[in-house]
Amino acid sequence: MSLLAAETLPDNGGYVAAAYLVFLALLLVYFVIMAIRLGRVEQELVELNTDAEASDR
Amino acid sequence: MYGKGLRSLSIATAVTLTAAFALGFFYAPMDADQGVMQKIFYVHVPMAIVALLGFVAGAIFAIQHLRSGDRRHDMRSYVAIHMSLILGVGVLVTGSIWAKAAWGHWWLWDEPALVSFLIVFLLYACYQPLRFAIEDPERQARYASVFAIVAGAFVPLNFMAVRMAEAKTHPRVLQDSSNLPGSVWLVFFVALLGMTLLYMTLWRYEMAAKNTRGQIRKLRRRLGADVVAPRSAAPR
Repeated sequence: MSLLAAETLPDNGGYVAAAYLVFLALLLVYFVIMAIRLGRVEQELVELNTDAEASDR
Repeated sequence: MYGKGLRSLSIATAVTLTAAFALGFFYAPMDADQGVMQKIFYVHVPMAIVALLGFVAGAIFAIQHLRSGDRRHDMRSYVAIHMSLILGVGVLVTGSIWAKAAWGHWWLWDEPALVSFLIVFLLYACYQPLRFAIEDPERQARYASVFAIVAGAFVPLNFMAVRMAEAKTHPRVLQDSSNLPGSVWLVFFVALLGMTLLYMTLWRYEMAAKNTRGQIRKLRRRLGADVVAPRSAAPR
C-alpha cells in the first residue's frame, strides 16, 4: 500500500467511527436493559427472602 | 443451567472481537477504491451473517419444540430470534451508514440485497406481536414455532434469490473470493468468529436471565403455597 495511493483514497473516517459506535451503542443499550432486569430479579429475591423469613416465624 | 461457562465465553468474545477490530484497522490493507470506509465491512457483514444464521437457529429450535413438545426449545427459539433482531437493527444501521459513505444514499430501494434483508427483518419484527397476541401459553408456543419454521425456511431461500439476482450497487463480495486478499479473509473470519461468540454469549445470558426469573416464579408459587397451607390446615 503506497503512500501515494493512500493520499488519493476517500476520507470517510467519520462514517466508519459512526458504524462502530452504533455497534457499541447497541451492546450498551442491551447491557443497560439487562442491568435493569437484574435489579428487578434482586428485588424479587429480597421479597421472597422476606416472605420465607415471615413463614418460618 | 445456562449461566455455566458464561464467564469464559464472555472473555473469549471480548478478546476475539477486540482482536478482530484491531486487525481490521491495523493489519488489513486499505481498500483501493473505498479507503478507510471499507473497514465497516468487518462489523457489518459478520453481523448480517450471524443475524441470518440466528433466525435459522430459531427455526431449528422451533422444529425441536414441535417434535418434542418441550417448552424449553420454544424459549430457545424465541431468544435466538430476539438476539437476531437486535443484530438486525445493527446490520440495517451500519449498512445505511456504509451506503451513505460509499454511494451517497442512506438507502437504495432497487438493490435486492438491501431490500431482502429489510423484508426478513420486518417479517421477524412480526414474531413478537404475534406471539404475545396469544394468551394461552401452549397455543402461543405452538403458533410461534410454526411462524419461526416458516420464516426460518424463508431466510436461505431469500439469500439464494439475492445471490441469483443482478447486483445493482451492493457488491457480492463473498461470491467471488478471488478479489479479496488473504489478510482481508483472515480478519473477516476472526470478526465472524467474534460475532458468533457474541451472539452465543448474549443468547446464553438471556436464557440464564429467563431461567432465573422462571425459577423465582416457581419459588414464589411454592412459598405462597407454603404460607397459605398452614393457615388453611389450621383447626377452626
